[in-house]
Formats: sequence, C-alpha cells, structure tokens
Amino acid sequence: MLEIGLSHYLTLAGLLFTIGVFGMFLNRKNVIVILMSVELMLLAVNINFVAFSAYLNDLVGQVFTMFILTVAAAEAAIGLAILVVFFRNKGSIAVEEISSMKG
Amino acid sequence: MIIQALAFYLFAGILVVSALMVISARNPVHSVLFLILGFFNSAGLFILLGAEFVAMIMVIVYVGAVAVLFLFVVMMLDISFADLRKGAMQYVPVGLAIGAVLLTELVMAYGVWAFAPDALANRGAPLIRFEGATNAESLGQVLYTDYVLAFQLAGLILFVAMVGAIVLTLRTRPGVRRQNVGEQHARKREDVLEIRKVTPGTGV
Repeated sequence: MLEIGLSHYLTLAGLLFTIGVFGMFLNRKNVIVILMSVELMLLAVNINFVAFSAYLNDLVGQVFTMFILTVAAAEAAIGLAILVVFFRNKGSIAVEEISSMKG
Repeated sequence: MIIQALAFYLFAGILVVSALMVISARNPVHSVLFLILGFFNSAGLFILLGAEFVAMIMVIVYVGAVAVLFLFVVMMLDISFADLRKGAMQYVPVGLAIGAVLLTELVMAYGVWAFAPDALANRGAPLIRFEGATNAESLGQVLYTDYVLAFQLAGLILFVAMVGAIVLTLRTRPGVRRQNVGEQHARKREDVLEIRKVTPGTGV
C-alpha cells in the first residue's frame, strides 16, 4: 500500500477516465461541461503515458504526452469557437437544438 | 518512501475529488476552477513520476491557456445553466452503469499489470539520455531528433486550429464606419474637387 507502483497510477487514470465518461451522461445538454469531461479523459490518458514512461524507463511516453497536449489545446480552441458561433446564431447551447442538418 | 506515498495519495485524492466536482458543480465557473485545481494536482503527480518538463507544460498549457479559454467562454456567453440541467438526472442510471462496467474492466486490466520480460529491450529511448542530463534535456534530445517530423506536424495542427478559430469567430458587421487609411491616401484632388466658373447672378 505504501509502495507506490504502476498499478496505483493506472487505477487513478482509470478512475479519472470513468469520471470523464460519467460527466458526459450527467451533463448531456451542456456542451461546455462535455468539453471539460473530454479534457478530463485526455488527462487520464496523459497520466497513463507518463506512468508507463517512468516505470518502463522509456522517454517516448513523455514525448507522446506533449503531442496529446497539443491536440487537446487545438480541440478546445476549435470546440469553443464553434460553441461561440452557435450561441451567436441560436442564443442557446443546448445539445438538442444542434439539429439543423437533420432533414 | 512514506513521504512519496503520502504525496501520491494527497495529489490523487484531490485530483479525483476535483474531477467529480467538475462534472457535478451547478455553476460552470466552479467547474472550470475545479478543473484548474485538478490540473495542478496532476502536475504534482507528474513531478512525483520524475517528468518535470511535462508537469510544467501541463501547468502552462492547460491552466494558462485551455482553462482560461473555458473561463472566458463560460463568462462571456449569457446562458441560463439552470435550464440545461433540467432533466439531466434521467440519464444518471445509464451513465452509472456504463461507468461502473468501464471502471471494473479498467481496474481488472490495470490492477494485475506486469511487464513482459523483454519489454525493456523494446523501449524507444532511455529516460536519461546522457550522464547528468535533466528531464528537459533528455526530452529535447529525443523530440528534436527522432520525432522532429511529428513535432513540426504538431505545430501545423496548432496553426490550423488558430486559423480555424479566428475564421469561425470573426464577423464583419455591416454599417460600421471605420477609417480606411489606404483609401484616404489614394484620394486625389482631381477626383473629388471640381472648380467651376460661376457667372454672377446665375448660380451653379
């Protein structure tokens, strides 16, 4: 218990990932909180990568973490930009109303 | 060893609690602030793992850029968040079921994790590149040699995202009178000024 091994970090990452998935169900209408849940899931993946990198004595995991960070930043920027445009047009961010393309 | 374990449990505990608060807080501003707290604690975990550079990047990129971007958008949009929460509880059983199944699977897979005997032989780059190298130096030596193409592509992704965000949110409002310096400089006297001989008593 006091010896912190790889399993501790992996369990923490699994817990965090599950919280992220659950957050999407809990806040089904609010796009902003859904995006935050996605960030939480990416954080869990990052913890996995860095933990494996440390315990396998391999640096590539940390390199990949930085690429994930890049993609997460780009995703947040584009997602929030789309959200702002959508709010400007519709005056709401409810997920159900994003259905204009439906025939 | 005890201190390391205590630090791990402290960081991990605060991280999990703040993640739960992110998804359950009524006010999205509180969600974003708990997200920032969670990122700080994950940076502490990364330092505990010996990945200082990633920890610092985490604080700079996530806390300094992404979370503040979220905060801006949450505060700028005038949204009634109470309406968005209405009827949200009907999905909780499904979410709990899926989450429980996912968590059980993940813990069953991770809890008994053991490396293959030849895993160490397959690794891409050792953690310390040369004698006395810091984490940042080792990372730079790998990132700028073996992964330089991926690094450049990451920069391209960020550039495209920046252009996309600007194109999406930029709008030209009609009816705004703005100074057009080029037009002003291109004006010539002959184009706008006309001199006429006016005979007295007749008008133009």
